[in-house]
Amino acid sequence: MRGSLWQLGQSITRRLAHGDKKAVARRCFASEAELKKTVFHDFHVAHGGKMVPFAGWSMPIQYKDSIMDSTINCRQNGSLFDVSHMCGLSLKGKDAVPFLEKLVIADVAGLAPGTGTLTVFTNEKGGAIDDSVITKVTDDHIYLVVNAGCRDKDLAHIEEHMKAFKAKGGDVSWHIHDERSLLALQGPLAAPVLQHLTKEDLSKLFFGEFRVLDINGSQCFLTRTGYTGEDGFEISVPSEHGLDLAKAILEKSEGKVRLTGLGARDSLRLEAGLCLYGNDMEQHITPIEAGLTWAIGKRRRAEGGFLGADVILKQLEEGPKIRRVGFFSSGPPPRSHSEIQDEGGNNIGEITSGGFSPCLQKNIAMGYVKSGLHKAGTKVKIIIRGKPNEGVLTKMPFVPTKYYKPS
Amino acid sequence: MKSSSYCFSDILSLQRNNNQNSREKRRCRQTQSLMALRMWASSTANALKVSSTSRPHLLHPFSFSRCLSSVLDGLKYADSHEWVKHEGSVATIGITDHAQDHLGEVVYVELPESGGTVTQKSGFGAVESVKATSDINSPISGEIVEVNKKLTETPGLVNSSPYEDGWMIKVKPSDPSELDSLMGPKEYTKFCEEEDASH
Repeated sequence: MRGSLWQLGQSITRRLAHGDKKAVARRCFASEAELKKTVFHDFHVAHGGKMVPFAGWSMPIQYKDSIMDSTINCRQNGSLFDVSHMCGLSLKGKDAVPFLEKLVIADVAGLAPGTGTLTVFTNEKGGAIDDSVITKVTDDHIYLVVNAGCRDKDLAHIEEHMKAFKAKGGDVSWHIHDERSLLALQGPLAAPVLQHLTKEDLSKLFFGEFRVLDINGSQCFLTRTGYTGEDGFEISVPSEHGLDLAKAILEKSEGKVRLTGLGARDSLRLEAGLCLYGNDMEQHITPIEAGLTWAIGKRRRAEGGFLGADVILKQLEEGPKIRRVGFFSSGPPPRSHSEIQDEGGNNIGEITSGGFSPCLQKNIAMGYVKSGLHKAGTKVKIIIRGKPNEGVLTKMPFVPTKYYKPS
Repeated sequence: MKSSSYCFSDILSLQRNNNQNSREKRRCRQTQSLMALRMWASSTANALKVSSTSRPHLLHPFSFSRCLSSVLDGLKYADSHEWVKHEGSVATIGITDHAQDHLGEVVYVELPESGGTVTQKSGFGAVESVKATSDINSPISGEIVEVNKKLTETPGLVNSSPYEDGWMIKVKPSDPSELDSLMGPKEYTKFCEEEDASH
C-alpha cells in the first residue's frame, strides 16, 4: 500500500512546482535535512505535528486531531495555522501602485488605504503566475502575500519588472518580510479570542481590511482574511514574538482553537471553492477561466494595462473556452487529473482538486469543463481508475462562506 | 513519547460504542486510548499553562512504554503494509493498523469482485482517505473467494477494526509457499519503526 501523509506532502509539493520545470528537479531531490523551518517548527513537533516537505519547507500536515476533526473544528470553533512558509513583502514608493498595476489584475488605485483584495499576477499570455492577497497600506505602500510554492518565480518576476520600471524613472522599492512570521487564525472564535490580545476594537475591522497594531505586545500586520471561507485573520508577527503569540491565542481560547495543519487547510479551502495554485490555477489558465472575473476591477476591464490584458479582455468579450466548476460525485473521491466525460462518454474536461468533504460528508471536487457545459445541475461521469462514477455540476462554495462584512 | 492517530480513531470507536471488538482487544485499546487521552491532556495543559495534575483522573499508571500501532501474532505482513491470515484453504487479507494510522479516516474502499485473481505484490484495490489515495497490493497470489461488502457502506471499519471487521478479501492461495516470504509480527514491527524513522 502506498500513499502515506508523507507521500501526500510530496505530491502537493510536486504539483505546486509543476509550472517551473527547473524547480521540479531541485525540490524533488531536496532531502528533509535541507528543508527550511519556520520559527514554530519545534512547537509543531512538540504538539504532535506530522511534518512533511511542502514547497521546500518542513510543515505540519496534521496534529493529533484527524484531518476530518480539524476541518470541522475550524468551522465550529477555530483553527490556528502556521502559514509562515508563504512570502510576505512590501512595495514602497510614490509609484508603487502604478507599478503593481502592471503586474496584477486588481484595481489597486481604487482600493481605499487599509483595504485589500485577492488578485492574480498574470503572464504575457494572460495566464496566472500566482494568486496573492494584496493590501494597500497607504498610497505609497502595498503589502502583499504570495504562495510558498511560487515565491522564487514571483520574486524573480517582480524584480525583473521593477528594474525596467525604475530604469524609466519609476519610484518603487521592495522589502521581503523574512524577519516576520505569518499565522492564520480562522473560525467563529477567531475574533473573540484575538480581541483579548489587542486593545483595538476588532469589530470595526471588516473582511479584506488591514491594520498595523499591537497584538500581545508586538507590532503586527493584521488582515481580516483567510483561505478557509471562515471569518478570521492573517497575522504577520515579528518572528521573535511568534511563539508567544501562538501560545497566547491557544491559551485564550481554552483549547477550542486548535493547531491545524495543511491537510485540513486544503479541505477547508476546497469546501470554500477557493483555488489552489498548482492544481486549480496555473500558468496556462486565465483568471476568467478560473472564475475570477470579479477580481478584475471595472476600470481595469476598460483600460487593461496588465500583462496579458489583450487575451483577458478578449475572453471577457467573447467568453472563455473552459470554465472552472464544482462537482458532487459518488464512489471514490475524485482527485486531480481525473477525466470528466459527458453522459455520452465524450471528454469534456478534467478535475483539478477533489476529496471527501468533512463538513458535508460527501465527495466534492472542482475542475474545468468546456464552456457551454458548465451549467449547475449538468450530469457527468468522472473517470477514476478507469471506471465512470456519477457526478453533477454545482455552484461553489460547497460550504457557505462567513466573511465578516458590514451588514 | 509519540502518539499515533490510531489511538484517536480508537477513541472515536469507543465513543461510537463499537461492541464488535473482542473483550480482550477492547481492554488493550481502552488502555491505549487512556494513554492517548493523557498525552492529549498533557499537551493541552502545556498550551494552557496549567498543571496536568489538575486532571488526576487521567493519570493512571500504564504498563506500555510507547503507544504503537498494534501488530498481531499469527499474521503475516507485507512491506506494503497489508496483512494476511492463512487458515485452512483460505487466506484473509486487509491493511495493517500502521497503514490505517498513516492514512487517516478512510472514506472509501474499492475492492474487486469475487472470482477474480490476485497476484503477489500486485494491486487489487484502493483505499481513499480524506486526503490521499492508496493502492492495496496483495501479499499472496490466488483466487478471490469472498469480498467484504460491509466496507462499501462502512469504510471506517478499516480504521476502527483493521484486523477484524475491516478485512478486505479472502483468497484461495495458488502457492501457499509465498507466505514464507512475508514478515512475521516482530520483523514487521521493526520494519515500521525503521520506515517511520527514515521519513
